[in-house]
Amino acid sequence: MTRTRESVIAVVGGILLVIPFLFGPMIAAQFPGLVLLGAYVLPVVFLVANMVQLTWHDVPIIGYPRWVRILVPVYFGLAMLIVWEGVATYFEVPPVILPAPSVIGAKIATSLPILWTDFAQTVLKGAIPGFLIGAGAAFVTAIAIDRSPFLQRGLLPIGNFVAALPIVGLAPILVMWFGFDWQSKAAVVVVMVFFPILVNLVAGLQAADRMQRDLMATWGASYWQALWKLRLPAAMPFLFNGLKIASTLALIGAIVAEFFGSPVYGMGFRISTEVGRLGLDMVWAEIAVAALAGSALYGLITLIERGVTFWHPSQRQ
Amino acid sequence: MRRALPILTVLAGIVVIWYAAAVCMNAAWVYDQAERAGVTVSFAEVIPQTMAQERPLLPPPHQVAGELWKGIAGQAVTSKRSLVYHGYITFKGTMMGFGLGILAGVLLAMAIVRYRVVEMSVMPWAVISQTIPVVALAPMIIVVSSQMGLSGRDLPKAIIAAYLSFFPVLVSMVKGLRSPDQMQLDLLKTYGAGPLATFVKLRLPASMPYFFASLKVAIAASLVGTIVGELPTGAIEGLGARMLIGSQFGRPLDMWSALFAAAILAGMLIMAVGVVERIYDRQIGGRT
Repeated sequence: MTRTRESVIAVVGGILLVIPFLFGPMIAAQFPGLVLLGAYVLPVVFLVANMVQLTWHDVPIIGYPRWVRILVPVYFGLAMLIVWEGVATYFEVPPVILPAPSVIGAKIATSLPILWTDFAQTVLKGAIPGFLIGAGAAFVTAIAIDRSPFLQRGLLPIGNFVAALPIVGLAPILVMWFGFDWQSKAAVVVVMVFFPILVNLVAGLQAADRMQRDLMATWGASYWQALWKLRLPAAMPFLFNGLKIASTLALIGAIVAEFFGSPVYGMGFRISTEVGRLGLDMVWAEIAVAALAGSALYGLITLIERGVTFWHPSQRQ
Repeated sequence: MRRALPILTVLAGIVVIWYAAAVCMNAAWVYDQAERAGVTVSFAEVIPQTMAQERPLLPPPHQVAGELWKGIAGQAVTSKRSLVYHGYITFKGTMMGFGLGILAGVLLAMAIVRYRVVEMSVMPWAVISQTIPVVALAPMIIVVSSQMGLSGRDLPKAIIAAYLSFFPVLVSMVKGLRSPDQMQLDLLKTYGAGPLATFVKLRLPASMPYFFASLKVAIAASLVGTIVGELPTGAIEGLGARMLIGSQFGRPLDMWSALFAAAILAGMLIMAVGVVERIYDRQIGGRT
């Protein structure tokens, strides 16, 4: 009962939020700036106030319908955008400090070809191949040292340590080795993603417990059969954990490497040059693309994870 | 010994591979030089020459160690050429970012555990914030803060470091503050404890192991953030700036020594967190 009421309130709050966003310029033409700011902020306050009601019931989050769980963060994001727009236009913040979302949106719309070239160079040629090579190398290494507990005991602490190091620092060295084009970016990404994935996979391969392994042994399973049918599937949640960490590292690596030299396109190149020219709308446009690319990569891995580890408690309802 | 032996073996293996790679990669330069001078060199003559070049493609370990030693112990710690000095600049940025990150992470976690609306609206965005490559934000944060009249590079660096380090703290603290089970919560209720008392006497102590586990990740992330914050800024101080300058002026030894100084700093910071955790454990009467 309460759930329906809250859902209705949430939707109404959201609609109220969008109204000034649509009619903001019209209202601004009629009224002084303060009214405009009020029109932007009031619905936000309203939304927050009525959403607070959500807290006083002991329903776990998972108990809310899925669409409420999606709508609420969307509204929150919209509210933030609206406040940003309102603050930027009302207080006339200079665009070299904070361009309004509408300005950034316009910039994105007019510079799609540039954004696409940069995206292709940094993400499609740098981050993704590097990610795949690094993940592949980590996978092969983990399987290779799997039979030697001695090597594992040696490699795990070192791998854990290296995974915590600022590997980004290798970027200038690798750019020196592999040149300015995408090869050096991919190389940085390979090094950055290798250790987190390796450490997680090695830990995951030990996740199957004694009983389960013994069961495999009583069935006369060979090493490879046990690996393929029991231990690799059991390691999958760990592997995907590593892949998720690595997916954000991959973009960071690809962009940082471009700060040390790149062809005249690429997201890192564009960001550093546009910052120099104080073209902050373009920088924000690139950030939006980077955020989309990062979220998409993360989301893709989560989707694959859901398919592969459907049996794991964290994936079950 | 049982623990050290495998680690030492792997380390020795790495050093061997490193030397072999150094010989292979630096040999090209030696051959090139010899060809220009019109002499032929045998392989046995090449090896010593690959070990002590001015600008090696891959400096062998002893050369890096020598440079590192020169940077750390070879000069006064206040000298601009001292790695201790640059390490201290980076350390300062790291700690500021770490402090900010802990504060943001813990406060957000408290709000999330207390108010479901915060969890529903903020948590997805916290996850998304981490998929945005922070380096894309770094140059902008620096320009904006200088536009706003904040001179000095400490604050922008700290913001970047905090951006990377708040997330592990947030996730672990949410988990930790929720770790008391229903029985314990019910017990507190029978004592007539309000939300505040429940928080202080049950949730907070219960979250501490999670907290310290996340600190180790957070401090490493904070160091990465600081170094990234030093890269695109034209900074001249700090380990990240040393790497950038080494890359621009073609001095690979500078880059390598700065890289290893950063690694040493990371190790020390993680160990320091471990020590604090152990002290805390002993204070509250210690699990081991």
